[in-house]
Amino acid sequence: MEARAILSAEGLTFRYPTEEGHEEHAALDAVNIAVEKGEFVAVLGHNGSGKSTFAKHLNAILLPTGGAVYIDNMDTRDENLLLAIRETCGMVFQNPDNQIVATVVEEDVAFAPENMGIAPAEIRERVDRCLEIVGMSDFKRHAPHLLSGGQKQRIAIAGVLAMEPSILVMDEPTAMLDPSGRREVMHTIGQLNREKGITVVLITHHMDEAAQAGRVIVMSDGKVAMEGTPEAVFARVDEIRDLALLPPQTVDLLHRLNKAGYDLPLDTLSVEACADVLETFLRQ
Amino acid sequence: MLRDITLGQFFPGTSLLHRLDPRAKLVSVVLFVASLFISKSFWGYGLCILFLAWCIRISGISPKMILKSLKPLVIILCFTGILNMFYTPGEVLARFWIFKITREGIYTAAYMILRIVLLIAATSMLTYTTSPIALTDAIERLLNPLKKIHVPVHEFAMMMTIALRFIPTLIEETDKIMSAQKARGADFETGGIIDKAKALVPILVPLFVSAFRRADELATAMECRLYHGGEGRTRLNTLVMTGRDYAALGFMGVFCLLVIYAERLVSILL
Repeated sequence: MEARAILSAEGLTFRYPTEEGHEEHAALDAVNIAVEKGEFVAVLGHNGSGKSTFAKHLNAILLPTGGAVYIDNMDTRDENLLLAIRETCGMVFQNPDNQIVATVVEEDVAFAPENMGIAPAEIRERVDRCLEIVGMSDFKRHAPHLLSGGQKQRIAIAGVLAMEPSILVMDEPTAMLDPSGRREVMHTIGQLNREKGITVVLITHHMDEAAQAGRVIVMSDGKVAMEGTPEAVFARVDEIRDLALLPPQTVDLLHRLNKAGYDLPLDTLSVEACADVLETFLRQ
Repeated sequence: MLRDITLGQFFPGTSLLHRLDPRAKLVSVVLFVASLFISKSFWGYGLCILFLAWCIRISGISPKMILKSLKPLVIILCFTGILNMFYTPGEVLARFWIFKITREGIYTAAYMILRIVLLIAATSMLTYTTSPIALTDAIERLLNPLKKIHVPVHEFAMMMTIALRFIPTLIEETDKIMSAQKARGADFETGGIIDKAKALVPILVPLFVSAFRRADELATAMECRLYHGGEGRTRLNTLVMTGRDYAALGFMGVFCLLVIYAERLVSILL
Protein backbone atom coordinates (compact mmCIF):
# COMPACT_ATOMS: atom_id res chain seq x y z
CA MET A 1 0.00 0.00 0.00
CA GLU A 2 1.18 3.45 -0.87
CA ALA A 3 2.12 5.57 2.15
CA ARG A 4 -0.57 8.04 3.17
CA ALA A 5 0.08 11.76 3.57
CA ILE A 6 0.11 13.03 7.18
CA LEU A 7 -3.37 14.40 6.64
CA SER A 8 -5.61 12.72 4.17
CA ALA A 9 -9.32 12.91 3.43
CA GLU A 10 -10.55 10.13 1.18
CA GLY A 11 -13.95 10.47 -0.40
CA LEU A 12 -14.99 12.49 2.66
CA THR A 13 -18.74 13.09 2.69
CA PHE A 14 -20.70 14.74 5.47
CA ARG A 15 -24.39 15.51 5.79
CA TYR A 16 -25.67 17.54 8.70
CA PRO A 17 -28.57 15.81 10.35
CA THR A 18 -31.70 17.65 9.20
CA GLU A 19 -35.29 17.76 10.27
CA GLU A 20 -37.56 15.22 8.70
CA GLY A 21 -39.01 16.06 5.34
CA HIS A 22 -36.04 18.15 4.29
CA GLU A 23 -33.67 17.08 1.58
CA GLU A 24 -30.37 16.18 3.15
CA HIS A 25 -27.76 18.51 1.79
CA ALA A 26 -24.17 17.30 1.68
CA ALA A 27 -21.94 19.86 3.42
CA LEU A 28 -19.00 17.88 2.11
CA ASP A 29 -19.34 15.81 -1.03
CA ALA A 30 -16.68 13.19 -1.73
CA VAL A 31 -13.76 15.44 -0.92
CA ASN A 32 -10.24 14.16 -1.56
CA ILE A 33 -7.51 16.22 0.02
CA ALA A 34 -4.01 15.16 1.00
CA VAL A 35 -1.58 17.36 2.88
CA GLU A 36 2.09 16.36 3.14
CA LYS A 37 4.24 16.85 6.21
CA GLY A 38 5.57 20.42 6.50
CA GLU A 39 3.16 21.90 3.97
CA PHE A 40 1.30 25.18 4.44
CA VAL A 41 -2.11 24.79 2.85
CA ALA A 42 -4.82 27.44 2.76
CA VAL A 43 -8.43 26.37 2.31
CA LEU A 44 -10.52 29.13 0.76
CA GLY A 45 -14.20 29.42 0.21
CA HIS A 46 -17.17 31.68 0.78
CA ASN A 47 -19.64 31.11 3.62
CA GLY A 48 -21.28 27.70 3.43
CA SER A 49 -18.67 26.27 1.09
CA GLY A 50 -17.89 23.51 3.59
CA LYS A 51 -14.46 24.73 4.60
CA SER A 52 -15.21 24.92 8.33
CA THR A 53 -17.00 21.57 8.22
CA PHE A 54 -13.87 20.15 6.62
CA ALA A 55 -11.71 21.62 9.40
CA LYS A 56 -13.92 20.06 12.07
CA HIS A 57 -13.30 16.63 10.54
CA LEU A 58 -9.56 16.93 10.98
CA ASN A 59 -9.62 16.26 14.70
CA ALA A 60 -12.82 14.30 14.98
CA ILE A 61 -15.14 17.05 16.22
CA LEU A 62 -17.33 15.81 13.38
CA LEU A 63 -17.16 12.28 12.02
CA PRO A 64 -17.59 11.55 8.30
CA THR A 65 -20.91 10.12 7.16
CA GLY A 66 -19.08 8.71 4.14
CA GLY A 67 -15.44 8.18 3.26
CA ALA A 68 -12.69 8.62 5.85
CA VAL A 69 -10.13 11.01 7.28
CA TYR A 70 -6.68 9.82 8.31
CA ILE A 71 -4.43 11.87 10.55
CA ASP A 72 -0.94 10.42 10.57
CA ASN A 73 -2.50 7.10 9.49
CA MET A 74 -5.06 7.18 12.32
CA ASP A 75 -8.69 6.82 11.30
CA THR A 76 -10.74 9.58 12.97
CA ARG A 77 -13.68 7.18 13.32
CA ASP A 78 -11.71 5.05 15.78
CA GLU A 79 -12.78 6.29 19.22
CA ASN A 80 -9.77 4.76 20.95
CA LEU A 81 -7.50 7.04 18.93
CA LEU A 82 -9.42 10.22 19.73
CA LEU A 83 -6.91 11.71 22.18
CA ALA A 84 -3.95 10.69 20.03
CA ILE A 85 -5.55 12.33 16.98
CA ARG A 86 -6.27 15.55 18.83
CA GLU A 87 -2.74 15.59 20.17
CA THR A 88 -1.33 15.22 16.66
CA CYS A 89 -3.68 17.70 15.06
CA GLY A 90 -4.10 20.88 17.11
CA MET A 91 -6.99 23.20 16.34
CA VAL A 92 -7.28 26.97 16.73
CA PHE A 93 -10.70 28.58 16.43
CA GLN A 94 -12.05 31.91 15.33
CA ASN A 95 -12.85 33.60 18.62
CA PRO A 96 -9.87 33.74 20.99
CA ASP A 97 -12.16 34.67 23.92
CA ASN A 98 -13.96 31.36 23.71
CA GLN A 99 -10.82 29.24 23.67
CA ILE A 100 -9.03 30.56 26.71
CA VAL A 101 -9.83 28.56 29.83
CA ALA A 102 -7.74 30.05 32.62
CA THR A 103 -7.46 33.49 34.23
CA VAL A 104 -3.67 33.68 33.86
CA VAL A 105 -1.86 33.38 30.52
CA GLU A 106 0.63 30.70 31.57
CA GLU A 107 -2.07 28.64 33.28
CA ASP A 108 -4.01 28.65 30.03
CA VAL A 109 -1.05 27.52 27.95
CA ALA A 110 -0.51 24.76 30.53
CA PHE A 111 -4.09 23.50 30.13
CA ALA A 112 -3.44 20.93 27.38
CA PRO A 113 -0.23 19.47 28.88
CA GLU A 114 -2.01 19.27 32.24
CA ASN A 115 -4.71 17.21 30.58
CA MET A 116 -2.03 14.98 29.08
CA GLY A 117 -0.76 14.24 32.57
CA ILE A 118 2.75 15.55 31.98
CA ALA A 119 5.06 16.17 34.96
CA PRO A 120 4.97 19.75 36.32
CA ALA A 121 8.62 20.46 35.47
CA GLU A 122 8.08 19.55 31.83
CA ILE A 123 4.83 21.52 31.67
CA ARG A 124 6.76 24.58 32.87
CA GLU A 125 9.35 23.99 30.15
CA ARG A 126 6.70 23.62 27.42
CA VAL A 127 4.78 26.70 28.59
CA ASP A 128 7.90 28.85 28.55
CA ARG A 129 8.96 27.52 25.16
CA CYS A 130 5.53 27.97 23.53
CA LEU A 131 5.10 31.50 24.87
CA GLU A 132 8.56 32.30 23.54
CA ILE A 133 7.62 30.95 20.08
CA VAL A 134 4.53 33.17 19.81
CA GLY A 135 6.43 36.10 21.31
CA MET A 136 4.25 36.45 24.41
CA SER A 137 6.79 35.60 27.14
CA ASP A 138 6.47 39.05 28.69
CA PHE A 139 2.77 38.48 29.35
CA LYS A 140 3.12 35.20 31.25
CA ARG A 141 1.45 36.42 34.43
CA HIS A 142 -1.16 38.63 32.74
CA ALA A 143 -4.90 38.19 32.75
CA PRO A 144 -6.02 37.21 29.21
CA HIS A 145 -8.98 39.60 29.13
CA LEU A 146 -6.63 42.60 29.33
CA LEU A 147 -4.77 41.61 26.13
CA SER A 148 -5.54 42.67 22.56
CA GLY A 149 -7.30 40.32 20.13
CA GLY A 150 -4.10 39.46 18.29
CA GLN A 151 -2.30 38.76 21.56
CA LYS A 152 -5.17 36.59 22.79
CA GLN A 153 -5.13 34.58 19.57
CA ARG A 154 -1.37 34.08 19.92
CA ILE A 155 -1.99 32.78 23.46
CA ALA A 156 -4.59 30.40 22.01
CA ILE A 157 -2.01 29.22 19.45
CA ALA A 158 0.57 28.74 22.22
CA GLY A 159 -2.02 26.74 24.17
CA VAL A 160 -2.40 24.37 21.22
CA LEU A 161 1.36 24.25 20.51
CA ALA A 162 1.92 23.06 24.07
CA MET A 163 0.54 19.67 22.96
CA GLU A 164 3.43 19.61 20.47
CA PRO A 165 1.16 18.76 17.53
CA SER A 166 2.65 18.03 14.12
CA ILE A 167 -0.37 19.56 12.36
CA LEU A 168 -1.99 22.89 13.18
CA VAL A 169 -5.49 23.49 11.81
CA MET A 170 -6.75 27.06 12.05
CA ASP A 171 -10.37 27.85 11.43
CA GLU A 172 -10.42 31.51 10.38
CA PRO A 173 -8.09 32.54 13.20
CA THR A 174 -7.98 36.17 12.09
CA ALA A 175 -11.67 36.75 11.38
CA MET A 176 -12.29 38.60 14.65
CA LEU A 177 -9.06 40.58 14.67
CA ASP A 178 -8.10 44.09 13.58
CA PRO A 179 -5.49 44.49 10.80
CA SER A 180 -2.51 44.66 13.16
CA GLY A 181 -3.77 41.60 15.07
CA ARG A 182 -4.13 39.77 11.76
CA ARG A 183 -0.57 40.63 10.81
CA GLU A 184 0.74 39.38 14.19
CA VAL A 185 -1.11 36.09 13.88
CA MET A 186 -0.19 35.51 10.21
CA HIS A 187 3.44 36.23 11.05
CA THR A 188 3.34 33.65 13.86
CA ILE A 189 1.70 31.06 11.61
CA GLY A 190 4.30 31.54 8.86
CA GLN A 191 7.10 31.28 11.38
CA LEU A 192 5.74 28.04 12.86
CA ASN A 193 5.56 26.50 9.41
CA ARG A 194 9.01 27.62 8.24
CA GLU A 195 11.04 27.31 11.43
CA LYS A 196 9.35 24.50 13.35
CA GLY A 197 8.28 22.48 10.31
CA ILE A 198 4.70 22.29 11.56
CA THR A 199 2.14 21.34 8.92
CA VAL A 200 -0.40 24.16 8.71
CA VAL A 201 -3.94 24.03 7.36
CA LEU A 202 -5.37 27.54 7.34
CA ILE A 203 -9.09 27.98 6.74
CA THR A 204 -9.73 31.54 5.61
CA HIS A 205 -11.68 33.79 3.34
CA HIS A 206 -8.94 36.42 3.08
CA MET A 207 -7.14 36.16 -0.24
CA ASP A 208 -4.01 37.92 1.02
CA GLU A 209 -3.69 35.34 3.82
CA ALA A 210 -4.15 32.46 1.42
CA ALA A 211 -1.49 34.02 -0.78
CA GLN A 212 1.11 33.35 1.94
CA ALA A 213 0.47 29.60 1.79
CA GLY A 214 2.40 27.10 -0.30
CA ARG A 215 -0.77 25.62 -1.76
CA VAL A 216 -4.33 26.86 -2.04
CA ILE A 217 -7.46 24.73 -2.10
CA VAL A 218 -10.67 26.52 -3.06
CA MET A 219 -13.86 24.89 -1.86
CA SER A 220 -17.34 25.50 -3.12
CA ASP A 221 -20.58 23.74 -2.33
CA GLY A 222 -18.84 20.97 -0.42
CA LYS A 223 -16.42 20.14 -3.22
CA VAL A 224 -12.86 21.06 -4.10
CA ALA A 225 -13.25 23.64 -6.87
CA MET A 226 -9.64 24.62 -7.49
CA GLU A 227 -6.27 23.56 -6.23
CA GLY A 228 -2.69 24.70 -6.85
CA THR A 229 -0.07 27.25 -5.94
CA PRO A 230 -1.49 30.65 -4.94
CA GLU A 231 -0.12 32.17 -8.15
CA ALA A 232 -1.76 29.57 -10.34
CA VAL A 233 -5.11 29.67 -8.54
CA PHE A 234 -5.43 33.44 -8.32
CA ALA A 235 -4.53 33.88 -11.98
CA ARG A 236 -7.88 32.24 -12.80
CA VAL A 237 -9.67 35.50 -11.93
CA ASP A 238 -12.99 34.79 -13.63
CA GLU A 239 -13.41 31.39 -12.00
CA ILE A 240 -12.64 32.89 -8.57
CA ARG A 241 -15.31 35.53 -9.12
CA ASP A 242 -17.78 32.83 -10.09
CA LEU A 243 -17.20 31.23 -6.69
CA ALA A 244 -18.21 34.50 -4.99
CA LEU A 245 -14.64 35.24 -3.89
CA LEU A 246 -12.60 38.36 -4.51
CA PRO A 247 -9.19 37.91 -6.12
CA PRO A 248 -6.26 39.77 -4.47
CA GLN A 249 -6.21 43.45 -5.42
CA THR A 250 -2.90 43.16 -7.27
CA VAL A 251 -4.19 40.37 -9.48
CA ASP A 252 -7.47 42.19 -9.91
CA LEU A 253 -5.71 45.33 -11.16
CA LEU A 254 -3.61 43.45 -13.73
CA HIS A 255 -6.63 41.44 -14.80
CA ARG A 256 -8.60 44.60 -15.50
CA LEU A 257 -5.70 46.01 -17.51
CA ASN A 258 -5.60 42.78 -19.50
CA LYS A 259 -9.27 43.07 -20.20
CA ALA A 260 -8.63 46.54 -21.55
CA GLY A 261 -6.34 44.99 -24.12
CA TYR A 262 -2.95 44.66 -22.42
CA ASP A 263 -1.04 41.48 -21.91
CA LEU A 264 0.34 41.30 -18.38
CA PRO A 265 1.28 38.27 -16.28
CA LEU A 266 -1.20 37.60 -13.46
CA ASP A 267 1.04 35.66 -11.03
CA THR A 268 1.86 38.68 -8.88
CA LEU A 269 0.67 38.35 -5.32
CA SER A 270 2.70 40.99 -3.51
CA VAL A 271 2.31 44.70 -4.08
CA GLU A 272 6.03 44.91 -4.90
CA ALA A 273 5.83 42.22 -7.59
CA CYS A 274 2.81 43.96 -9.07
CA ALA A 275 4.63 47.29 -9.10
CA ASP A 276 7.61 45.66 -10.84
CA VAL A 277 5.38 44.23 -13.54
CA LEU A 278 3.78 47.60 -14.15
CA GLU A 279 7.16 49.35 -14.17
CA THR A 280 8.67 47.00 -16.77
CA PHE A 281 5.53 47.33 -18.82
CA LEU A 282 5.52 51.12 -18.70
CA ARG A 283 9.19 51.30 -19.66
CA GLN A 284 8.63 49.25 -22.79
CA MET B 1 -21.34 51.27 35.63
CA LEU B 2 -20.43 47.59 35.78
CA ARG B 3 -16.73 48.09 36.23
CA ASP B 4 -16.74 48.60 40.00
CA ILE B 5 -17.63 45.04 40.92
CA THR B 6 -14.87 43.95 43.29
CA LEU B 7 -15.80 40.30 43.38
CA GLY B 8 -12.81 38.30 44.52
CA GLN B 9 -10.50 41.21 43.82
CA PHE B 10 -6.86 40.32 44.13
CA PHE B 11 -3.90 42.65 44.75
CA PRO B 12 -0.67 40.95 43.71
CA GLY B 13 2.19 41.34 46.17
CA THR B 14 5.10 39.62 47.84
CA SER B 15 4.26 39.93 51.54
CA LEU B 16 4.26 36.99 53.95
CA LEU B 17 0.49 36.76 53.59
CA HIS B 18 0.76 36.61 49.80
CA ARG B 19 3.38 33.89 49.93
CA LEU B 20 1.60 31.57 52.33
CA ASP B 21 0.07 28.43 50.84
CA PRO B 22 -3.56 29.19 49.91
CA ARG B 23 -4.70 26.08 51.79
CA ALA B 24 -3.03 27.34 54.98
CA LYS B 25 -4.69 30.73 54.48
CA LEU B 26 -8.10 29.24 53.81
CA VAL B 27 -7.98 27.03 56.89
CA SER B 28 -6.69 29.99 58.95
CA VAL B 29 -9.62 32.15 57.90
CA VAL B 30 -12.06 29.37 58.75
CA LEU B 31 -10.43 29.02 62.21
CA PHE B 32 -10.50 32.78 62.70
CA VAL B 33 -14.19 33.02 61.79
CA ALA B 34 -15.05 30.05 63.99
CA SER B 35 -13.34 31.51 67.04
CA LEU B 36 -15.04 34.82 66.30
CA PHE B 37 -18.42 33.18 66.64
CA ILE B 38 -17.55 31.04 69.66
CA SER B 39 -15.98 33.89 71.62
CA LYS B 40 -18.31 35.94 73.83
CA SER B 41 -15.92 38.44 75.37
CA PHE B 42 -14.63 41.84 74.38
CA TRP B 43 -11.10 40.70 75.26
CA GLY B 44 -11.40 38.06 72.52
CA TYR B 45 -12.64 40.58 70.00
CA GLY B 46 -9.84 42.93 71.05
CA LEU B 47 -7.32 40.20 70.20
CA CYS B 48 -9.02 39.60 66.83
CA ILE B 49 -8.91 43.30 65.97
CA LEU B 50 -5.22 43.55 66.91
CA PHE B 51 -4.37 40.44 64.90
CA LEU B 52 -6.30 41.61 61.85
CA ALA B 53 -4.71 45.06 62.05
CA TRP B 54 -1.29 43.38 62.12
CA CYS B 55 -2.24 41.25 59.08
CA ILE B 56 -3.38 44.31 57.14
CA ARG B 57 -0.15 46.08 58.05
CA ILE B 58 2.20 43.33 56.86
CA SER B 59 0.15 42.63 53.73
CA GLY B 60 0.82 46.12 52.42
CA ILE B 61 -2.83 46.49 51.40
CA SER B 62 -4.26 49.89 52.16
CA PRO B 63 -6.81 49.87 55.02
CA LYS B 64 -9.01 51.90 52.68
CA MET B 65 -9.59 48.77 50.60
CA ILE B 66 -10.85 46.93 53.69
CA LEU B 67 -13.23 49.80 54.44
CA LYS B 68 -14.37 49.68 50.84
CA SER B 69 -15.21 46.00 51.19
CA LEU B 70 -17.42 46.89 54.18
CA LYS B 71 -19.29 49.64 52.39
CA PRO B 72 -22.00 47.48 50.79
CA LEU B 73 -22.74 46.08 54.26
CA VAL B 74 -23.52 49.37 55.98
CA ILE B 75 -27.26 48.86 55.64
CA ILE B 76 -27.13 45.28 56.92
CA LEU B 77 -24.94 46.40 59.83
CA CYS B 78 -27.35 49.19 60.81
CA PHE B 79 -30.29 46.82 60.51
CA THR B 80 -28.64 44.13 62.66
CA GLY B 81 -27.57 46.71 65.22
CA ILE B 82 -30.99 48.33 65.55
CA LEU B 83 -32.89 45.04 65.68
CA ASN B 84 -30.64 43.62 68.37
CA MET B 85 -30.72 46.82 70.37
CA PHE B 86 -34.51 46.96 70.58
CA TYR B 87 -35.51 43.34 70.67
CA THR B 88 -33.20 41.83 73.24
CA PRO B 89 -34.98 41.42 76.57
CA GLY B 90 -33.18 42.53 79.72
CA GLU B 91 -32.53 45.52 81.98
CA VAL B 92 -34.29 48.51 80.44
CA LEU B 93 -32.14 51.63 80.05
CA ALA B 94 -34.39 53.90 78.03
CA ARG B 95 -37.97 53.73 76.86
CA PHE B 96 -40.04 55.74 74.38
CA TRP B 97 -43.40 54.88 72.86
CA ILE B 98 -43.37 51.11 72.23
CA PHE B 99 -39.57 50.88 71.99
CA LYS B 100 -37.18 50.11 74.77
CA ILE B 101 -33.42 49.84 74.79
CA THR B 102 -31.84 47.28 77.08
CA ARG B 103 -28.29 46.96 78.36
CA GLU B 104 -28.11 43.42 76.93
CA GLY B 105 -29.46 44.79 73.66
CA ILE B 106 -26.59 47.25 73.34
CA TYR B 107 -24.05 44.54 74.09
CA THR B 108 -25.56 42.09 71.58
CA ALA B 109 -25.73 44.78 68.94
CA ALA B 110 -22.08 45.66 69.46
CA TYR B 111 -21.09 41.96 69.36
CA MET B 112 -23.01 41.34 66.17
CA ILE B 113 -21.64 44.39 64.38
CA LEU B 114 -18.08 43.59 65.45
CA ARG B 115 -18.49 39.99 64.36
CA ILE B 116 -19.77 40.88 60.90
CA VAL B 117 -17.12 43.56 60.39
CA LEU B 118 -14.32 41.23 61.45
CA LEU B 119 -15.75 38.39 59.36
CA ILE B 120 -15.89 40.48 56.20
CA ALA B 121 -12.50 42.06 56.85
CA ALA B 122 -10.87 38.66 57.38
CA THR B 123 -12.39 37.08 54.28
CA SER B 124 -11.51 40.14 52.18
CA MET B 125 -7.93 39.81 53.39
CA LEU B 126 -8.01 36.26 52.04
CA THR B 127 -9.28 37.25 48.59
CA TYR B 128 -7.08 40.37 48.46
CA THR B 129 -3.90 38.37 49.02
CA THR B 130 -4.79 35.15 47.15
CA SER B 131 -5.38 34.90 43.41
CA PRO B 132 -8.74 33.34 42.49
CA ILE B 133 -6.88 30.50 40.77
CA ALA B 134 -4.84 29.71 43.87
CA LEU B 135 -8.01 29.83 45.93
CA THR B 136 -9.84 27.45 43.60
CA ASP B 137 -6.82 25.15 43.69
CA ALA B 138 -6.82 25.25 47.47
CA ILE B 139 -10.51 24.41 47.66
CA GLU B 140 -10.05 21.54 45.20
CA ARG B 141 -7.15 20.13 47.16
CA LEU B 142 -8.82 20.55 50.55
CA LEU B 143 -12.00 18.85 49.34
CA ASN B 144 -10.08 16.08 47.58
CA PRO B 145 -11.01 13.42 50.18
CA LEU B 146 -14.66 13.95 49.20
CA LYS B 147 -13.88 12.39 45.80
CA LYS B 148 -13.96 9.04 47.55
CA ILE B 149 -17.68 9.49 48.16
CA HIS B 150 -18.17 10.58 44.52
CA VAL B 151 -18.46 14.32 45.07
CA PRO B 152 -17.37 15.88 41.74
CA VAL B 153 -14.74 18.11 43.36
CA HIS B 154 -12.65 18.58 40.23
CA GLU B 155 -15.69 19.53 38.17
CA PHE B 156 -16.75 22.14 40.72
CA ALA B 157 -13.26 23.63 40.77
CA MET B 158 -13.19 23.69 36.96
CA MET B 159 -16.58 25.40 36.85
CA MET B 160 -15.37 28.01 39.29
CA THR B 161 -12.23 28.69 37.26
CA ILE B 162 -14.26 29.10 34.09
CA ALA B 163 -16.81 31.32 35.83
CA LEU B 164 -14.00 33.56 37.09
CA ARG B 165 -12.44 33.61 33.65
CA PHE B 166 -15.69 34.67 31.98
CA ILE B 167 -16.85 37.34 34.43
CA PRO B 168 -14.87 40.13 32.72
CA THR B 169 -15.81 38.82 29.27
CA LEU B 170 -19.51 38.80 30.07
CA ILE B 171 -19.36 42.22 31.77
CA GLU B 172 -17.74 43.62 28.64
CA GLU B 173 -20.43 41.98 26.56
CA THR B 174 -23.20 43.42 28.76
CA ASP B 175 -21.70 46.89 28.31
CA LYS B 176 -21.69 46.38 24.55
CA ILE B 177 -25.29 45.17 24.45
CA MET B 178 -26.41 48.08 26.64
CA SER B 179 -24.68 50.57 24.36
CA ALA B 180 -26.27 48.93 21.35
CA GLN B 181 -29.74 49.12 22.95
CA LYS B 182 -29.18 52.69 24.08
CA ALA B 183 -28.15 53.64 20.57
CA ARG B 184 -31.54 52.38 19.44
CA GLY B 185 -33.37 54.42 22.02
CA ALA B 186 -33.63 52.06 24.99
CA ASP B 187 -34.05 53.85 28.33
CA PHE B 188 -32.37 52.31 31.38
CA GLU B 189 -32.30 55.38 33.61
CA THR B 190 -35.84 56.63 34.15
CA GLY B 191 -39.02 55.01 35.42
CA GLY B 192 -39.86 52.96 38.49
CA ILE B 193 -38.40 49.67 39.57
CA ILE B 194 -40.74 47.71 37.32
CA ASP B 195 -39.87 49.81 34.28
CA LYS B 196 -36.18 49.37 35.01
CA ALA B 197 -36.56 45.61 35.41
CA LYS B 198 -38.48 45.45 32.14
CA ALA B 199 -35.71 47.42 30.44
CA LEU B 200 -33.26 44.67 31.44
CA VAL B 201 -35.03 41.99 29.40
CA PRO B 202 -33.58 43.11 26.05
CA ILE B 203 -30.13 42.98 27.67
CA LEU B 204 -30.48 39.61 29.36
CA VAL B 205 -31.88 37.75 26.37
CA PRO B 206 -28.95 38.43 24.00
CA LEU B 207 -26.52 38.00 26.90
CA PHE B 208 -27.84 34.53 27.64
CA VAL B 209 -27.87 33.53 24.00
CA SER B 210 -24.27 34.62 23.63
CA ALA B 211 -23.24 32.95 26.90
CA PHE B 212 -24.64 29.64 25.67
CA ARG B 213 -22.84 30.01 22.34
CA ARG B 214 -19.62 30.79 24.15
CA ALA B 215 -20.07 27.77 26.42
CA ASP B 216 -20.54 25.55 23.39
CA GLU B 217 -17.42 26.86 21.66
CA LEU B 218 -15.37 26.69 24.84
CA ALA B 219 -16.41 23.07 25.39
CA THR B 220 -15.25 22.17 21.87
CA ALA B 221 -11.99 24.06 22.36
CA MET B 222 -11.40 22.30 25.68
CA GLU B 223 -12.01 18.92 24.10
CA CYS B 224 -9.60 19.80 21.32
CA ARG B 225 -7.05 20.46 24.02
CA LEU B 226 -7.53 16.95 25.33
CA TYR B 227 -9.70 17.76 28.35
CA HIS B 228 -11.29 14.58 29.61
CA GLY B 229 -12.13 15.30 33.24
CA GLY B 230 -9.90 15.35 36.28
CA GLU B 231 -8.52 11.86 35.88
CA GLY B 232 -4.79 11.70 35.24
CA ARG B 233 -4.55 15.47 35.16
CA THR B 234 -1.37 17.12 36.42
CA ARG B 235 -0.89 20.76 37.36
CA LEU B 236 1.62 23.39 36.26
CA ASN B 237 1.87 24.88 39.74
CA THR B 238 1.51 22.28 42.44
CA LEU B 239 0.82 23.48 45.95
CA VAL B 240 3.53 22.62 48.46
CA MET B 241 3.08 23.20 52.18
CA THR B 242 6.36 24.46 53.68
CA GLY B 243 7.44 24.77 57.30
CA ARG B 244 6.26 28.37 57.21
CA ASP B 245 2.73 27.28 56.31
CA TYR B 246 2.61 24.72 59.12
CA ALA B 247 3.94 27.35 61.52
CA ALA B 248 1.17 29.74 60.42
CA LEU B 249 -1.45 27.05 61.00
CA GLY B 250 -0.03 26.24 64.42
CA PHE B 251 -0.03 29.92 65.31
CA MET B 252 -3.66 30.22 64.22
CA GLY B 253 -4.62 27.25 66.36
CA VAL B 254 -3.07 28.83 69.46
CA PHE B 255 -4.61 32.18 68.55
CA CYS B 256 -8.08 30.63 68.32
CA LEU B 257 -7.78 29.08 71.77
CA LEU B 258 -6.61 32.45 73.13
CA VAL B 259 -9.62 34.22 71.62
CA ILE B 260 -12.11 31.62 72.84
CA TYR B 261 -10.75 31.49 76.40
CA ALA B 262 -9.78 35.17 76.56
CA GLU B 263 -12.23 36.01 79.33
CA ARG B 264 -11.11 33.15 81.56
CA LEU B 265 -7.43 33.96 80.98
CA VAL B 266 -7.97 37.61 81.83
CA SER B 267 -9.82 36.75 85.03
CA ILE B 268 -6.99 34.39 86.07
CA LEU B 269 -4.32 36.97 85.33
CA LEU B 270 -6.06 39.83 87.12
